[in-house]
Amino acid sequence: MPESSRPQRLRKLVQEVAGKPAPEDEQESLFESGLLDSFALPDLVSAIEKEFAIKVPDSDLNPRKFDSIARMDAYLADHM
Amino acid sequence: MASYLHAFGAHLPERVVTNAELAERTGKTAEWIESASGIQERRWAAPETSIAAMGVAAAESCLKTAGFPTNKIGMLIVASGSGARGFPGPAAAIADRLCLLSVPAIDLPMASAGSLFGLALAMRLTETYGDILVVASEKMSPLCETEPIDPNTAILFGDGAGAALVSSRPGRWRMLDASLHTDGQYREDLACDGTSLRMNGLTVILQASRKMPASIEEVLARQNLSAQQVTAFLLHQANLNLLTRVAKALNVGPEKIFANVQRYGNTSSASMLIAATEWAEASPGKGPIVFSAFGAGFHWGALVADSAD
Repeated sequence: MPESSRPQRLRKLVQEVAGKPAPEDEQESLFESGLLDSFALPDLVSAIEKEFAIKVPDSDLNPRKFDSIARMDAYLADHM
Repeated sequence: MASYLHAFGAHLPERVVTNAELAERTGKTAEWIESASGIQERRWAAPETSIAAMGVAAAESCLKTAGFPTNKIGMLIVASGSGARGFPGPAAAIADRLCLLSVPAIDLPMASAGSLFGLALAMRLTETYGDILVVASEKMSPLCETEPIDPNTAILFGDGAGAALVSSRPGRWRMLDASLHTDGQYREDLACDGTSLRMNGLTVILQASRKMPASIEEVLARQNLSAQQVTAFLLHQANLNLLTRVAKALNVGPEKIFANVQRYGNTSSASMLIAATEWAEASPGKGPIVFSAFGAGFHWGALVADSAD
């Protein structure tokens, strides 16, 4: 079975945290669309840390970095 | 020299403001308000009730519980983020009403973390000042009623005051250690100009959900304690969902996190001492207790104490 791409893995995490399907558009804001709220964001960051075996430092805890699948992917590209 | 916590006290206004009442004002449903915050109702003070008046009531409640005479107080520390801008702050008014006419009275113009910072400062100052009364008093309701009403903040806040007596004399809990932190780069994400409040909820919750557990673990590690050994966590009552996440991050059951935010809402700096008052009145078991708060600034930290006997 081919390995999932990073955006696919991120989409799966978003779906697990939101309990709803993630948007097809990777640029779509997960917060402005109402898919995620402020209390889902810490859960999403924790899920990303676990899935990708990274530690997001406090200085990177900026909601804009996790606002869409594309932004999360860009963040991970810079930190993995 | 060791410092001890002797007693807590609280004052809450009589008027109960339900979610149903706020639903009309904010355009949200009562169910949404409870789901988003865990809050079912809060107390709002009468227009003529001052921050100082609520602080005095909490102080007197604390001193009555402690059985300690007001005129033996060596220092007064008053936290309030909702106090009027300018000088003097409410510490002078509270000192005057308590007839404390020559002891130093210090204002901490800090919101949610103010009472934690007050306790930590008092812990370090008892050697010089003896018995220190820490008061936190907040009148948040005017900010909730300012037009245009922001539903995301108007649903959260309540009014009230709390107090604690800290002393060099042996008392009920020995204060062991505290860690205090500030990161001013987020100062605009939660701020009040005296008439309106603005909050970037995403940033506040994300930072608080990380920093509160981290500061608690920091201070516990220094005392060779684990979160599982703690009898109770007495936290700033910001939001029930945040308290739940702190418990999860610390890997402790939610029953260890004392919560009364459901009945009083977020009373900013007063909330931690109001929670401590109710917890102490319920004849709690012995063992380590942890205080922690996070708020505008951002200021945050934790303090650990243990039963003295």
